[in-house]
Amino acid sequence: MTSAPSQARSPTFFEQVVAATPGVSNLERCIQCGTCGGSCPSGQDMDHTPRAIFAFVREGMKAEALKSNTPWYCVSCYYCTVRCPQEVHITDIMYTLKRIAVQEKYYDDSTAPDFSKTFITWVENYGRSFELGLMSMHMLRHNPFGVFKIAGMGVGMVSKGRMAFVPTRIKNMDGLKAILAKAKELEVAG
Amino acid sequence: MKYGYFPGCSLERNAAAYHLSTLEIARPLNLELIEVDDWNCCGATEYVSLNLIASYALIARNLAQASKPGSPKELVAPCSACYLNLKKCDQYMGTSRSLGGKVNEALAAGGLSYKPGSINVRHLLDIVVNDAGLELVKSKVTKPLEGLRVAAYYGCMLVRPEFTGNGGAFDATEYPTTMDDLLEALGAEVIDYPVKAACCGGHMTQISEASGFEMIRRLIKAAADRKADLIATVCPMCQLNLDGFQGAMNTYFKTDYKMPVLYFTQLMGLAMGIEAGKLGIGSELVSAGPALSKIGVEVEPAAGKGDGKPSRPKKDDKSLPMPKPLIKPQEVVR
Repeated sequence: MTSAPSQARSPTFFEQVVAATPGVSNLERCIQCGTCGGSCPSGQDMDHTPRAIFAFVREGMKAEALKSNTPWYCVSCYYCTVRCPQEVHITDIMYTLKRIAVQEKYYDDSTAPDFSKTFITWVENYGRSFELGLMSMHMLRHNPFGVFKIAGMGVGMVSKGRMAFVPTRIKNMDGLKAILAKAKELEVAG
Repeated sequence: MKYGYFPGCSLERNAAAYHLSTLEIARPLNLELIEVDDWNCCGATEYVSLNLIASYALIARNLAQASKPGSPKELVAPCSACYLNLKKCDQYMGTSRSLGGKVNEALAAGGLSYKPGSINVRHLLDIVVNDAGLELVKSKVTKPLEGLRVAAYYGCMLVRPEFTGNGGAFDATEYPTTMDDLLEALGAEVIDYPVKAACCGGHMTQISEASGFEMIRRLIKAAADRKADLIATVCPMCQLNLDGFQGAMNTYFKTDYKMPVLYFTQLMGLAMGIEAGKLGIGSELVSAGPALSKIGVEVEPAAGKGDGKPSRPKKDDKSLPMPKPLIKPQEVVR
């Protein structure tokens, strides 16, 4: 199943996911036991449990897997990963699915991908992030009514000196930009 | 003992209290923290959601900066997300030759390189308990936290996954006890807290209120049900969620919890007789004042910078905010 694809055909979705996950994914070892979903703190709000996603991937049901909110509702807590009896690197696979969903424009709800995009735009231009300020901006865009709910929090954070409005910029931003540009080049090259 | 120190973005502002209290307790414990020069963001959980090689290169730049000649081999991170990212990057660069090769190729574009395994990434809690040691901590306690009921909350990234490389995880993945022992050494009454290694939700409040607030609710409720006076945390993301979003969570669920959330370093500082203000106590949104009055600690309803004014940059100030080392040279005490 994990053997190299012949030159005659393009890789299957399963092969694509395995190849795009760093190190070993162990995805082929999934026995559909459901320990992952049972351990997941946000599982009840997911479109599909993780094991259903893995079944989609194995069957080549790409759109089903990538249109699901499941990877975006993964909070990266690694509960599933440490509990999986087959040592499937579930959290890493969820990251892989997010990347493919964005790169190949499968996921329709922009809320979660936009948060990641805004976050990394600041990092790519300053070298540092400022979570709290970023959260307020993101909320204004995607959940304007939610802002009223957290208005008290915002006022509190500002008055306690905990809110930054821009991140600080690292000294060698040119160096970091060169590193990230090269990394993206290598990413595309595969 | 000397350590490289990776404060992480949160400790610059939102979690400045964690940074302040870390420096305060490091001194008496002879932990010399040397801030990594020109460190950058670890990417949290966001960068790797969009770019693989770039996200690891971003993390690896820090490892490269931290492993320059003459730097300590041990690198300590107080933030659980930074800790996990740095540790994972070090490990994956070693075990996945293709990832390690590409990351180093990218680093070379910035004149840097990193050899996997040359840095040992540690969490602050680990070095306090396992390097300084509980005996030394106990010997520094002048104002034991007697009568204070504390829920020791570890969160997720500190204890998972159990990396086997570079010394492995320092505590159990599902029911860790390191901080329980530490808080007991400070004289606190540590309550049973079954959700101690559950996730705070990370950035989930930004994706779905229903999911994000529910994860916060469970953690607050479990502590309140067991009559904790406060929750002790090891991570700025957990503090932000449990403290910062507690009010919004209350509004969402029509509850009225007032559970203070302090960093474990703040509690250590109090037990060592350090003034609350120096530990950043008072910058939490849910005031720890009523809880700490049980142990005779007075809390000023202080602002982070002491002046109570917002920290918005002045309009006429055209310069960009530049990084200042969080540790000023005079603060480093041998």
